[in-house]
Amino acid sequence: MITWLANPERFLRFAVPASWACGAAAGALLLIGLVDGLALAPPEADQGDTVRIMFVHVPAAWLSMMAYAVMGGASFVYLVWRHNLADVAAQAAAPLGAGFAFLTLATGAIWGRPTWGVWWVWDARLASVLVLFLMYLGYMALRSALDDERQAARAGAIFALVGLVNLPIIKFSVDWWSTLHQPAAVIRFDGPTLSGEFLRPLLVMAVAAIAAFAALLLTGMRSEIYRRRADALIRAREQQA
Amino acid sequence: MSEFFAMGGYGAYVWSAYGLTALVVGGLTVFNIGRCVREQRRLRRLEEEAER
Repeated sequence: MITWLANPERFLRFAVPASWACGAAAGALLLIGLVDGLALAPPEADQGDTVRIMFVHVPAAWLSMMAYAVMGGASFVYLVWRHNLADVAAQAAAPLGAGFAFLTLATGAIWGRPTWGVWWVWDARLASVLVLFLMYLGYMALRSALDDERQAARAGAIFALVGLVNLPIIKFSVDWWSTLHQPAAVIRFDGPTLSGEFLRPLLVMAVAAIAAFAALLLTGMRSEIYRRRADALIRAREQQA
Repeated sequence: MSEFFAMGGYGAYVWSAYGLTALVVGGLTVFNIGRCVREQRRLRRLEEEAER
């Protein structure tokens, strides 16, 4: 417990300027991406201006999976090396990932209504992303349900690791099953099939989203470190009394 | 300008998608920064009390 208090100094010294830098980058890229996606990119031949929803839906989807990968990776590090900072990272990633997963589902439904004619369909892609969203909620609920923080951290880590299998399922769902959701157009073995005028704003918004996630993750980790230190001080004070 | 908001007739869909994104990401940002400031203040207060 005492060693925990020592290491994060270096992290905090890094996290403060890093989160500001990532936040600034996110803001700048968001501005460029919005102009590109909403104004410069043309409407698409079949779906018209609804194609612009892609520029928020796809980055949200990528980030929802990236956040889970961070959560899973951090959980693994915590279980194997017992590094508390890894647990802090996993804990901080969860609400962010949940938010992105929610946005993926919601913007996807909004996109689906005019293009597919339906808000929702139980195909493998949509169902597995819904499971991802529920796993985020389950992770957060599990951690808050356990009073002992060490137990909560360990249970959460195991839960997160078990759910990692969902990531390749989501990715390959459009290949393994016949889905209404279209197959991959960007992250493909043979390269993107998406044309440049749409790929460009998509990538800008995606990098903006990654920068935003990094800024929010670092800020969330800082909050959690401060909270744990404060609780440790209170405990020490109570023990002295 | 009104063409921009109409989005070829799909304005409701496009703007609700972007609006929801702004709400969620904006909300997460405000919440995270707010919590960071709060926890930092609380810790500083406790550290000052501990020194006394």
